Amino acid sequence: MAKERVLLIFSTETYDKALTYHLIHDCNVKINILKASITPGKEGHLLIDIDGSEEDVASAYQYLTQEQIKVVPANRQISIDKDLCIHCGACTAVCFAEAMSLNRDSWQVEFSPKKCIACGLCVNACPLRIISIAGDNLACTMVE
Amino acid sequence: MIKKSYEEINSKIKNGTAVVLTAEEIISMVEEQGIAATTRKVDVVTTGTFGAMCSSGAFINLGHSNPPIKMSKIRLNDVPASGGLAAVDTYIGATEVSDSDENYGGAHVIEDLVAGKNIRLQASSYGTDCYPRKAIDTLITKDSINECFLFNPRNAYQNYSAAANSTDNILYTYMGTLLPKFGNVTYSTAGQLSPLLNDPYLRTIGLGTRIFLAGTEGYVAWNGTQFNPSKPRNEKGVPLGAAATLSLVGNLKNMSTDYLKAAVFKNYGVSLFVGIGIPIPLLDEEITQFTAVRDQDIQTSVYDYGVPDRSRPALKTVSYAELKSGMIELNGKKVRTAPMSSLYKARAIANQLKSWIQKGSFLLTEPVAPLPSEANILSLDERR
Ligand code: SF4
Ligand code: SF4
Repeated sequence: MAKERVLLIFSTETYDKALTYHLIHDCNVKINILKASITPGKEGHLLIDIDGSEEDVASAYQYLTQEQIKVVPANRQISIDKDLCIHCGACTAVCFAEAMSLNRDSWQVEFSPKKCIACGLCVNACPLRIISIAGDNLACTMVE
Repeated sequence: MIKKSYEEINSKIKNGTAVVLTAEEIISMVEEQGIAATTRKVDVVTTGTFGAMCSSGAFINLGHSNPPIKMSKIRLNDVPASGGLAAVDTYIGATEVSDSDENYGGAHVIEDLVAGKNIRLQASSYGTDCYPRKAIDTLITKDSINECFLFNPRNAYQNYSAAANSTDNILYTYMGTLLPKFGNVTYSTAGQLSPLLNDPYLRTIGLGTRIFLAGTEGYVAWNGTQFNPSKPRNEKGVPLGAAATLSLVGNLKNMSTDYLKAAVFKNYGVSLFVGIGIPIPLLDEEITQFTAVRDQDIQTSVYDYGVPDRSRPALKTVSYAELKSGMIELNGKKVRTAPMSSLYKARAIANQLKSWIQKGSFLLTEPVAPLPSEANILSLDERR
């Protein structure tokens, strides 16, 4: 069995094809939607857990790729060079998932990887440029 | 009425008996013990702020080469620096951007200098009889150059407006990334810890005031540019918008990269985070009252940065207590707020300055002259 958390990025056109239905019905995997953000006419982001046998998960990946949906393994997410952080809070301004948050006692910025949907907005919001996304240069493609 | 002089306070600092609190600590002391007792017991209140301050830069004297050159075009790590200052003096502005890398600028050169790194100096000249050389390409460090001092024309804004965005697109501004349709609000002041909000009429801050500047001692050199003490104030005397500013100077060679950090704001450019702390002597009860200012006593306006006009509309007046809570109401909706300046670092600065004063290594100065009590800002009109 395999359980993987992935972020799907697609044009809203693709979304109309009821992709979760396909994944469940044709690929035989369980889908748990953790976060959805869809801008009509533009781009949709869907953070999901895919649960199923190794084979079924592989077929789900295959289906998504063939539909030209960008699949980002969310386990790999972002990394922060914490030693260089000045705790300005600029990243918390854009993190609607609230993965980046200010501790209002110490006023230090804390990162909860579990909440992160790898949207990449914080990468450019950080004035010290200490946040990066492992893998391809996804941040820019997603945000603009 | 209790009155204390600078001399009395300094002699206490020298013999290690001065009582020093930060601008946050003084609040509860005043609440518990009242103004008179606090004024009697406490000598100095320390403040702090750590924010991006674009109007910053450094003067450098590069020293003379052999044969000498009268540098007219100067670049430091490919960032243009000012020519036209005699032969080997220059000024590097924090927001100047490199010719080859938009994510590197004057602020980075300044931070790299402080860090002791090598900086590539390239300069050219037309050549004169006394300065025959026409070009030079070499490396400098803070130890290989003569004077090198930070000289910031406009720092430490007394209050600053908060920012929001009404448009359908993300805006990348010097107030950070503003999400569409009022998706967030950003603000950039340390509130109750901020230097000029603790002495709103600048009774103790003037020309020559010794301060904490980026990890070492610095001085108030002049009023800052766009100095505007005539802004409307609330009943506590706190200006409701960007009012007073300071022009600051200090020896860059003694500064620390903990308190001087280059920043890049996407689609805006480069800026410099500067750490500033100002000690306020409790000379009398009125000053104590001022330093006891709380976030709920300080208001600012939220402006719509989606309106590309000098007179963009104010959307709402909010207090720093509301802004710091993480959420405010805007147009009937709850909107997330986020700071752009580091309160964590501001606290560290106020505490560092406090310990310098407690140890007797930092004495207070009486201003040589006060800053103007009235001034107005002119705008640039186009004419021919
Ligand atoms: S990528 Fe950054 S902004 Fe996006 S959810 Fe993760 S931490 Fe938040
Ligand atoms: S924006 Fe960057 S420097 Fe500022 S708190 Fe976030 S990670 Fe730290």
